[in-house]
Amino acid sequence: MGYVAVKGGASAIEESLKRIQYERIKQGTVLDMKDIEGGMRGLIDQVMSESSLYSETLAALAIKQAEGNPEEAVFLLRAYRSTLPRKHYSRTVTSEGMAVERRISASFKDIPGGQILGASLDYSHRLLDFALLEETESGVKEWLTAFEQEQEDESVALDDTQDVSQLPKVIDYLRREGLVASCPIDHSEPYDVTRKSATFPSSRSQKLQMLTRGQTGAVTSLAYAVIRGYGDVHPTVGELRVGTLPIYIDNPLHSDSDEEDTYYIGDIKATEVEMLIPVTIEKERGKKELSFEFGYGLCYGQNETKAISMSILDKSLEANNENVPTQNEEFILQHIDSVESTGFISHLKLPHYVTFQSTLNDVRGTKREQTTDDEEV
Amino acid sequence: MQIEYNFAFFDEGSKREIRRATLKAIAIPGYQVPFASREMPIGRGWGTGGLQLTLSLIGKADSLKVIDQGSDESVNAVSIKKLVQKTTGVPVVEDTEDATLIQSRHRVPEVPLKAGQILVLQVPLPEPLRPYEPSEEKTKKLHAEKDYSGAWLMLFEQIMKFRKMSTGADHPVWVHDRYVMAPSPIPKFDNDKLDHSEALILLGAGREKKIYAVPPHTNVVSLAFADVPFEKESFPGQSCKQCGANDTFLDELIDEETGQVYYLCNDTNHCISRMNEQFS
Repeated sequence: MGYVAVKGGASAIEESLKRIQYERIKQGTVLDMKDIEGGMRGLIDQVMSESSLYSETLAALAIKQAEGNPEEAVFLLRAYRSTLPRKHYSRTVTSEGMAVERRISASFKDIPGGQILGASLDYSHRLLDFALLEETESGVKEWLTAFEQEQEDESVALDDTQDVSQLPKVIDYLRREGLVASCPIDHSEPYDVTRKSATFPSSRSQKLQMLTRGQTGAVTSLAYAVIRGYGDVHPTVGELRVGTLPIYIDNPLHSDSDEEDTYYIGDIKATEVEMLIPVTIEKERGKKELSFEFGYGLCYGQNETKAISMSILDKSLEANNENVPTQNEEFILQHIDSVESTGFISHLKLPHYVTFQSTLNDVRGTKREQTTDDEEV
Repeated sequence: MQIEYNFAFFDEGSKREIRRATLKAIAIPGYQVPFASREMPIGRGWGTGGLQLTLSLIGKADSLKVIDQGSDESVNAVSIKKLVQKTTGVPVVEDTEDATLIQSRHRVPEVPLKAGQILVLQVPLPEPLRPYEPSEEKTKKLHAEKDYSGAWLMLFEQIMKFRKMSTGADHPVWVHDRYVMAPSPIPKFDNDKLDHSEALILLGAGREKKIYAVPPHTNVVSLAFADVPFEKESFPGQSCKQCGANDTFLDELIDEETGQVYYLCNDTNHCISRMNEQFS
């Protein structure tokens, strides 16, 4: 039976779907949703970020269904997102109001408010922890109780009065000194790339949205190319922060948006990066001087490599030199999307009998011509 | 299941392979010797090149110092020390004089190094020609032909643009009149310390898979022009708020309460020993 059969295609598909179901459950274990939600934070954050949909539960479901394959999980979640009505727009979220869990600067040792390491693998050693093979629920609970007790004791002892929801921005220090140009706040409504197709040259809001939705691996690889030699950006992390951002919507019954009359609808966790990049500024009479500009990255969840990479590409794309791949916005933005790239790559598995037959015809034809020419000579 | 890791993490075969590359690097000062860089338990770009050198060289009689940005207490230094200690049991010291092996990121210690000591520098970008030539195949040829015109042109262009060379940290150096070398991202301030060093200086780039070296008593000169001399970072009129030093590399800090800028020695160990001397 062929791949495009006159008859029997439907039952072949049925069998294939049964087979994939079998592969997922053949060991007789059912992956508990709370196991995924509780233990696969990294994958959940990555999938939410690439899907532009903030729901840990739905991301966990997609991961379960996709057998842990991130691109398939993003595919599922993006498709589900298409079915959702858009009921409200939130008020503008400013990251100054982030409840910070982690905050570091690679530019300054002593930043006002201090460096907060928070939860990070950066300072761990990637040695396989064989003890995890025998991890038990009772052991975990014991550890948790001890940890929470320790936290409680410490917060009493330290009398921690630091307000982590109002930490100053590192970049403001450089701004005050005139080393980073201050930019006017753009109040125009962002272009929504999920509702309209992107245009080129693209606006900054288009670029930032496409970068934050980009596939983590692709965004990382291209940003790596920028800093390794195929680009012109030499960055330093001014500030990286991870924390939760409160989201408010206006009262839907009163159209006049009064700051007091808003509803808090929940928090989202996000990673934000402000990257400092030295640039050459042209002054009058051909004089030049060095200054700092910045690249910006923001994505859902704790997703630090992605946010850093995004900030590098943000700055790189501003140059928009189409001869340099990493500055060519069409080249970068059109190719980093997970659903688009994996969709088109995987379509190559579809039958191409007609197009291939046509090509085959041409290939044979030119060979025949060649042979006839040779004989004539 | 209990798994024991080897002494110094690696198997003996891997250590020998890295030591062979190191010996070749010492024999050809400034030449970037390719080596089969291993995946490490710390991130690529976090000092895996330096760590591989350290682990391949360390013996039970050694004493190790690790600094990052001048500080023994910096998170990355602490993390590397923990790993080496966990797999070797070798004692960790902070006094530069007491260390036989010093792994460093971004600084050469202020205290002059002695014969018998080894300084291992972690290198992110070992290729000094990379800023103007992205291809590895081409830069290898340029080194072979001793064609460094691009490096000179780069410096010349900086002078034309900014009236001075603006290489930041990682100002390229000539080693033994043959190879132009990236001195790892040490500030220009430290470049002179490479010249005729008493200690062996090894540079390891894990991600870029290169090892290179400055053997003791080797001629190292920072690239410069006769009329535009090489200039180090300077801190005119400033001194360390703690120990008063005015001949060290200083960090710029902001007093959180007053908003005032003040300076401290970047090399924390050097600063502390100076303060100890003043109080004793």
